[in-house]
Amino acid sequence: MSDTGIGKSVKRREDLRFITGRGRYTDDVNRPNQVYAVFLRSPYPRARIVSIDASGADEVAGVIGVFTGKDLSADKIGDLPCGWMVKSKDGSDMKIAPHPPLAVEVVNYVGEPYGIVVAESLAAARDGAEVVATEFEELTPTVSVANATAGAQLHTNVPDNVCYLWELGDADATNAAFAAAAHVTKLTFSNNRLIPNAMEPRAAVASFDAATEEFTLVTTSQNPHLERLILSAFVQLAPEHKLRVIAPDVGGGFGSKIFVYAEETAVAWAARRVGRPVKWTADRSESFLADAHGRDHLTTAELALDGDGLFQGLRVRTRANLGAYLSTFASSVPTYLYGTLLAGQYRTPAIHVEVEGVYTNTAPVDAYRGAGRPEATYVVERLVETAARELKVDPAALRRRNFIAPDQFPYQTPVALEYDTGNYEASLAAALEKSDYANFAARKAASEQRGKRRGIGFSCYIEACGLAPSQLAIQLGAGVGLYESGEVRVNPTGNVTVFTGSHSHGQGHETTFAQVVSDKLGIPFENVEVVHGDTGRVEFGLGTYGSRSIAVGGSALVKATDKIIAKGKRIAAHMMDTNADSVDFSDGEFAARDSNQKLTFGEVAFAAYVPSNYPSSEEPGLSEKAFYDPKNFTFPAGTHIAEVEIDPETGVVDVVNFVAVDDFGRVINPMIVEGQVHGGIAQGIGQALLEHGIYDDGGQLITGSYMDYCMPRADDLPSFDVDMTVTPCTHNPLGVKGCGEAGAIGAPAAIMNAVTDALGVVDLPMPATPERVWRAARG
Amino acid sequence: MAGVHVATTINGDAVEYVCHPRETLLDVLRNRLGLTGAKEGCGTGDCGACSVTIDGRLVCSCLVLGAEADGRAVGTVEGLASGNALHPLQDKFLEHAALQCGICTPGFLVAAKALLDRNADPSEEEIRYALAGNLCRCTGYDKIVRAVAAAAKEVRTKKAKG
Repeated sequence: MSDTGIGKSVKRREDLRFITGRGRYTDDVNRPNQVYAVFLRSPYPRARIVSIDASGADEVAGVIGVFTGKDLSADKIGDLPCGWMVKSKDGSDMKIAPHPPLAVEVVNYVGEPYGIVVAESLAAARDGAEVVATEFEELTPTVSVANATAGAQLHTNVPDNVCYLWELGDADATNAAFAAAAHVTKLTFSNNRLIPNAMEPRAAVASFDAATEEFTLVTTSQNPHLERLILSAFVQLAPEHKLRVIAPDVGGGFGSKIFVYAEETAVAWAARRVGRPVKWTADRSESFLADAHGRDHLTTAELALDGDGLFQGLRVRTRANLGAYLSTFASSVPTYLYGTLLAGQYRTPAIHVEVEGVYTNTAPVDAYRGAGRPEATYVVERLVETAARELKVDPAALRRRNFIAPDQFPYQTPVALEYDTGNYEASLAAALEKSDYANFAARKAASEQRGKRRGIGFSCYIEACGLAPSQLAIQLGAGVGLYESGEVRVNPTGNVTVFTGSHSHGQGHETTFAQVVSDKLGIPFENVEVVHGDTGRVEFGLGTYGSRSIAVGGSALVKATDKIIAKGKRIAAHMMDTNADSVDFSDGEFAARDSNQKLTFGEVAFAAYVPSNYPSSEEPGLSEKAFYDPKNFTFPAGTHIAEVEIDPETGVVDVVNFVAVDDFGRVINPMIVEGQVHGGIAQGIGQALLEHGIYDDGGQLITGSYMDYCMPRADDLPSFDVDMTVTPCTHNPLGVKGCGEAGAIGAPAAIMNAVTDALGVVDLPMPATPERVWRAARG
Repeated sequence: MAGVHVATTINGDAVEYVCHPRETLLDVLRNRLGLTGAKEGCGTGDCGACSVTIDGRLVCSCLVLGAEADGRAVGTVEGLASGNALHPLQDKFLEHAALQCGICTPGFLVAAKALLDRNADPSEEEIRYALAGNLCRCTGYDKIVRAVAAAAKEVRTKKAKG
């Protein structure tokens, strides 16, 4: 048991199929007699659809049909909903723009789908789409977030394009803190728009059985049950019990596959319409245009400090771009996942944040790895670093002075959250040590000798994972609960099939969750199989996002195994002629305390299914379900330190060292956790140095390919130096916190603090491209 | 459109197929031959998810026509292991958890094998440079680079032992 239990770096069992080319992703799925779909997409950022003439397409050999938004409305297919109702500070509901899956009258961003062409082959569908003649009447677009409220109004029910003006915190107390401040640090910056770019493009294969009226939708989803719920309850595609959603192997998500999109909706509808399975796989261009983007904030932030360098107040004004329509969770990202994190790791007593969510003629913006928390960390950590420079205080020392101390937990922040536990000093100290901070000055001098500029930057981040509890989230506007389900089904021969409502698209649940269950039940790791991603097999689930899987999904499984053990004890007690209170369970054995009798887990399982010597009060069988609703968020935190060397001749930033010391609570599989941290850091460095989704003034996406949107490659990144400190979460049974987003949250501020340190400038916009850095280096 | 008859070798086996003149090798592998290891990540040769070798040379199969494989030898991820015996690269990817979602992994393995075939002892920099044509969004490349270095070492050790 010891080498596969909780805390061990067990090799990922899912990897064998991937390294041999036998993974089964949506595009690897084909149905007999299937046809292919291609979408008609708007070439304009804002235009009225005057007419669609599909007669040309009907002439193309192999084309089965061209369908538009009107066909879907005629079948009463509803709008794509937004799952979180945010209220403005005046108490009014956010203004929701109607979002039909296929645009009917007006298109609002380049790439917005307004029709679907179905054909016998992909080539025929493409040829058909090519000759559909659509007449558009161009309308003036509103593109930039800066001009959003002054630009042309996108939606008739949304004056000034403002979806909501939300606030959190105590404005009066914050203003008073600023009035009394000895020093105020103020920054205005953007948080650059990112395009998620999971390496597997979104895809869907839908089929409809006319005899049973059942849909099967295989699609690239992080949360197949949520997809089914939304397609049933809101979109009205099919009743929930007639719709099976399967998310098989999914090639990365990073948030972008949480949402219910137009394409899978239209593909499923088309499968019924044409009476044959329909397949669609996005090409990369479609991914750039029509996957929900991330970030895109414009922020002014101020930090008030007293004469001792203690933070007294934080005031933040953010305008968040929501894109043309509200994607599934868009409204919550720049509000409840952002404003609530602005206390960071600090005791700042007064905080006030105001967020204006605006519509623009760009692709919808929603959660992307970190979702609101990287933006919050960027605000706090850029301000703190800047304040330290202005006050000529060591940035580590200034942070220490303001940290919430280990003995102050639980700690109620002024922005709604109650942190349960943490030790920020410990992770900072470990990171300082690992980064050899003490000798930085010598390294900087050595770089200068070589004509280079060296800088170091900190980021002491906090995140809130496992959004919870459900009741509170629903009060705050969430349309769904935020619990997770788990089922532990013990088979008669004693091995176990585990069903989880979480979904793995790279996180390694098949390994980690098996470690948890085998450890708890004291049975071999090999005897536990993990099933996920299929509404036909798993009862219900809310899926994977927000680093919630182990904290919420893992806890549900612990709850279910506890029930298994409890029932096992009752069965074992009967078999050993004692009572359940006198039975101990450990290492896979039920032992009677009052005798030397023992029963193995397998013997008890067998007895449950072949109940000859069996308690009359018990139902046969050994299978238990549990729903776990967290009592609070978990609060992973840590310190990231980046060291960069800049060549002022070229403007290229070389990340020479990146240290991350994270506190994820108890860790189930350190090797997997390390990988999650690495990947997050890579995306964070990507945001800081390389990636930027740019629309030109005319509303065209000019970063729509890998030649224009700079993804981090192997030669752009260093090896990472990562370590962990541990303060177990106090309110879930595993003591876990979640690790999926930490890297993407911590890294951008660390890198930009290092870059501005090297250049000796107050600020530089992300991404710090060679051009921007070169210009800044020339002063 | 008339089909093109192609006689080629894939992972050492003689294979014949008929494809459309405009069909990519990637589509032939995935849709006609059931070899779905190679993936389409971009279709423009920028991501390397569709990497295969043709006569030992690393190519993006999305940029090669199926017809061009005629008379050549194609190598894909499915041919890396010998039966149940994994290639050292596969072993080391497993050992280091050098993959997460797995979609880019076949391309990385094929590209890494092409590297090791021409350079038995690559430095970290050489590994990073050789794999710069392959995009991975999950791993940050760290564990991939370590796994490739470890596999190179294992291949050298095996060779030294004869």
